[in-house]
Amino acid sequence: MRQSVQEMIAQSKGKKNKKIIEKIIPIILFLIASVSVLTTIGIVLTLIIETITFFTRVPITDFLFGTTWLPFSNKDAQFGIWPLIIGTLKVTLIAIIVAVPIGIGAAVYLSEYASENVRRIVKPVLEILAGIPTIVYGFFALTFVTPVLQSFFPEIKIFNAISPGIVVGIMIIPMIASLSEDAMSSVPKQIREGALAMGSTKFEVAMKVTMPAALSGIMASVVLAISRAIGETMIVSLAAGSTPRMDGDFTGSIQTMTSYIVQVSKGDAGYGTTIYYSIYAVGFTLFVFTMAMNILAGYVSKRFREEY
Amino acid sequence: MRYIDQKLVLKRMNGRNAVNTIFKGIFMLATLVSLLVLAILLYRIVTQGASHLSLEFLTNFASRFPEKAGIKAALVGSLWLMAVVAPTSIILGVGSAIYLEEYAKKNRMTDFIRMNISNLAGVPSVVFGLLGLTIFVRALSLGNSVLAAGFTMSLLILPVIIVAAQESIRSIPGELRDASYGMGATKWQTIVKVILPAAIPGILTGSILALSRAIGETAPLIVIGIPVIIQFLPSGVMDTFTALPMQIYDWSSRPQQEFQVVAAAGIIVLMVVLLLMNTVAALIRNKFQKRY
Repeated sequence: MRQSVQEMIAQSKGKKNKKIIEKIIPIILFLIASVSVLTTIGIVLTLIIETITFFTRVPITDFLFGTTWLPFSNKDAQFGIWPLIIGTLKVTLIAIIVAVPIGIGAAVYLSEYASENVRRIVKPVLEILAGIPTIVYGFFALTFVTPVLQSFFPEIKIFNAISPGIVVGIMIIPMIASLSEDAMSSVPKQIREGALAMGSTKFEVAMKVTMPAALSGIMASVVLAISRAIGETMIVSLAAGSTPRMDGDFTGSIQTMTSYIVQVSKGDAGYGTTIYYSIYAVGFTLFVFTMAMNILAGYVSKRFREEY
Repeated sequence: MRYIDQKLVLKRMNGRNAVNTIFKGIFMLATLVSLLVLAILLYRIVTQGASHLSLEFLTNFASRFPEKAGIKAALVGSLWLMAVVAPTSIILGVGSAIYLEEYAKKNRMTDFIRMNISNLAGVPSVVFGLLGLTIFVRALSLGNSVLAAGFTMSLLILPVIIVAAQESIRSIPGELRDASYGMGATKWQTIVKVILPAAIPGILTGSILALSRAIGETAPLIVIGIPVIIQFLPSGVMDTFTALPMQIYDWSSRPQQEFQVVAAAGIIVLMVVLLLMNTVAALIRNKFQKRY
């Protein structure tokens, strides 16, 4: 039977529960959306609280200014964070030396030289590199890159800073390439064509027009990649070893902040021991480093953005 | 007045063109290097691990003897992990995206949530492990169970899913919404019956890619304290378990050379799982790619 529209409206007005749903849903969704905020608060709070517990046992000055990291010593445990920071920076430095030229080179090729077809194939393939689990990269570093390096430079040890550094670099290439390519592709065509019309070669266009215009995006991609390299865990856990050290040696075993956390977690440090709390202090330091880089990346891409 | 000196122009052009060609080669080389590395990596792992791949490898439990070591517990464990991570992260992610795109007013709170999501995406996974260890394993005393690990992984991939779902919802044209309102539908009806069905392909694609990241993550599982040598399968979400990357990590870090072959075989299994998931994501994207 047919109802008139008026009847239908009258009928649905009678359904009170519909209105309730319309009021409840936004609240539920808001609660769901705040989970991500709660996660951040949770991370910050756990790190701070457990780190404070750590500092009641180990003076904060020893942690910040100490240059010896010897947590497992029974008699004379020392918690100076610097060896771990130096180890992390060594790996990051090598990763950046590998990834920045290759990543930006690939980005320039894809955005300035490659045909549409080539780009459509190469970009997704590069993104496969980004999707490979880091444990696979770690295995690759340990069983392939290190032996290859050793055959050229016999003084390199099984665990060293160079091999994981190179592989972390390989891991972040797609990030730099992809983000920089996006930044360069979004530079308007007219500017590029203007330069070409003036008689510039493609290389001159890339260096003098596109790169400067996309500089903020390129720099932001590099900073984000540095942040990723600092936080990388599995490659360094497998291939860098576990010797916290302050010297400038890249060929021997080192330890990074992340691989220390893994080393302790694997050994199942008893709950409540000083070593247990130390992973939070190290985690907090790591968190501060990566957060600073992420905020810097956001600032760079905003502050230096060229508007067209 | 002088005419343009053809020769001079040509000479200068030649030099500049040569520079252009050289650098084109260099840039191309950079691209090729990264593709070559990918090829070497895949080739190495397949040639290393293929000899160990067999049905027994898939159906055996972990063992001290490399020739007997199998991946059954890890494979099933990873599936259990996904059974928790998929619903948790998709519900949280899509819910957040709907709120941000459809309900949120433009105010400080919304900006804060947005900024927070992008910052959360940059937190190292090992730090998520510390969160999981403190909140889920200790405070809520879930132990090193499927549930504790699943919640930790869900939070880890949450930002990825939120962003993918937001983009998918945003790409739905306003006319569809207007038409729905014009028919007298309420906001929630419009979301459920019009926006979500249209956005689901994009949401699914993004979610599958995020889930494949969760399958490959190792660091949070180690920090939570997921064991490796397990001779039984979990029978519920409160049971302890092991996962593919954990098992691979354990094999790779053993000193015996034979275990490297086993690790490579494990990596092949992991990569096949990831490949399958990526294929599904690509199929969904292609099948439902709609243009309004």
